[in-house]
Amino acid sequence: MKYLLQRLAFYLVTAWAAITINFLIPRMMPGDPVQALLARFQGQLDTSAVDSLTALFGLDRNQSLWQQYTDYWSHLLDGDLGLSFTFFPTPVSEVIAQSLPWTLALVGLTTLISFVLGTGIGVFTGWRRGSWLDGLLPVTTFISAIPYFWLGLIAIALFAVKWPLFPESGGYDNSLVPAFDWPFISSALYHGVLPGLTIVLSAVAGWILGMRNMMVTVSSEDYVMVAQAKGLSERRVMFGYAARNAVLPNISGFALSIGFIVGGTLLVEMVFSYPGIGLQLFQAVGAKDYPLMQGVFLIITLSVLAANLLADVIYMALDPRTRREA
Amino acid sequence: MSEPVLTVRGLNVDYGTGDDAVHALRDIDLTLHRGEVLGLAGESGSGKSTLAYAVTRLLSPPGVITGGEVHYHRRDGGALDLLALSAAGLRAFRWQELSIVFQGAMNSLNPVHTVHSQLTDVLRAHRPGMKRSERTARARELLALVGISADRLSAYPHQLSGGMRQRVMIAMALALEPEIVIMDEPTTALDVVMQRQILSQLVRLREELGFSVVFITHDISLLIEFSDRIAIMYGGRIVEEARAAAIYRDPHHPYSDGLLHSFPALHGARRELTGIPGSPPHLSAMPAGCAFHPRCGKALDACAGHVPVLAAPDGDASRTVACWLHRPAPATAAPRP
Repeated sequence: MKYLLQRLAFYLVTAWAAITINFLIPRMMPGDPVQALLARFQGQLDTSAVDSLTALFGLDRNQSLWQQYTDYWSHLLDGDLGLSFTFFPTPVSEVIAQSLPWTLALVGLTTLISFVLGTGIGVFTGWRRGSWLDGLLPVTTFISAIPYFWLGLIAIALFAVKWPLFPESGGYDNSLVPAFDWPFISSALYHGVLPGLTIVLSAVAGWILGMRNMMVTVSSEDYVMVAQAKGLSERRVMFGYAARNAVLPNISGFALSIGFIVGGTLLVEMVFSYPGIGLQLFQAVGAKDYPLMQGVFLIITLSVLAANLLADVIYMALDPRTRREA
Repeated sequence: MSEPVLTVRGLNVDYGTGDDAVHALRDIDLTLHRGEVLGLAGESGSGKSTLAYAVTRLLSPPGVITGGEVHYHRRDGGALDLLALSAAGLRAFRWQELSIVFQGAMNSLNPVHTVHSQLTDVLRAHRPGMKRSERTARARELLALVGISADRLSAYPHQLSGGMRQRVMIAMALALEPEIVIMDEPTTALDVVMQRQILSQLVRLREELGFSVVFITHDISLLIEFSDRIAIMYGGRIVEEARAAAIYRDPHHPYSDGLLHSFPALHGARRELTGIPGSPPHLSAMPAGCAFHPRCGKALDACAGHVPVLAAPDGDASRTVACWLHRPAPATAAPRP
């Protein structure tokens, strides 16, 4: 418990540092978001509008940096991340709130599926090495070696264009109004099949390989031999002794990959024009939409930290050696 | 002598198959009698542990049993062919009739499960009718048997010392009160004081529970003290087998003699310690004839060409030895294939 509190304190400090850097970077960059916005509206704004924009973005030159910093924090704690340029005057928090669920659902589910699938296959290939299951390895490794955007484009070319089985882009049918009803959810699932499948295909090999190698290593441990000599059932030896120890590195890898769910899917969402946070970030970069970028970065940072904390907790629950005695 | 509980006949074990195969065990004949302690001694690589693993069919690839028989004899007189057992039959046999205390005291326990869980899962597998509370009670009893307090049940292996871990393993080996316990260098990783403590505990437990022990070690002085009979292995064969006292007083095989003289005795007159010249042969390049002859000071001409058979020496039926010094050597003509 003490260890957990220590970790928590460590992550709080890290979060504070990340947020502070997130605050400083746009202020140290050349160029001014207000000027950028003025350029977008091509001089259609008058001076009072410019002044209020400056105040709105928190870039008031009359304020000290410290003042800006404290304002930034108080806004942040209210959940106010400023206004987006691209979707002006929609608040950044709203833009993120709209796109985050798409990313979480698509990438979250596929990360979970590829982890469970890959680890499961890895357990069996590692336990019965030399069986036909080993034939899966070169195939999956080959697929995972293909650059993702190419895999995605091929998938679109084959299954959306040549044989139009699945939609080629978007997160749902545009004729539907987003709502929690069956037509919308089924449409969202249908649109998610192709991007989801390509993510699983490209990610599963890593899990299989990692788990198989650990299974092979752990299988030669003395305690696995002891378990066999004890006459335990093969299932108990395979899962309770071998896999239970072999899965530990995969678990921490999984917890870390959870952190990248939010940020690591830029390519998927670009290729499939999926309305997630990666696509949003891509558009924000293109439009020099600083507040939106800042907001997305903040969310990514916080989710990576949260995933790290989660990894610590899971590891502690699974491996008694990392627990410290109180 | 009492009835046999485990008999091994003509056991051969190879590592690998085909032309590259290395013969790790050749024509092993061994009998373990009920209630006795049989010591198995020899240098590293002589096949001691391979024998233990082959008998329990725990050899992992590339180890293959290429011939021979292993029979387990029940108290009611029925015999069980261990090499022909089905997977389910083998699981039921293991630990119930024959348990093993392995070499690596440090790594024999699963690091992510508690002592309790590892002591009781064997009960759960072999005694399906046992209640949870009964299993826990049995686990406490077992720990008490080896002198560990019951509050260590909830401990994880990394919280125990090496000696405690090995004692937990011994307790675990006794969980189902098996007929045979194979101890594969159970004390090698421990310091001398702990060794002594554990061994005297073992002797006491064996007297209480009456199981038979196969005790594998390279420390022959330990065997002379603790075992009833000793089998000496060299190059994958048993070269001599006799009562412990007989081996100590009058070793027949020059290798046994060499082993005995490489350990200092604690009692008795001082004597010169001599090692055995040379080093053990590699299993893939075994010398022809008696495997020991290149290192043997008493080698005859016959030793290089003919493999001596393990048999009783002239005029003494209580022991066996595989050495041409103790039987009429064959004419040195055509060596046997």
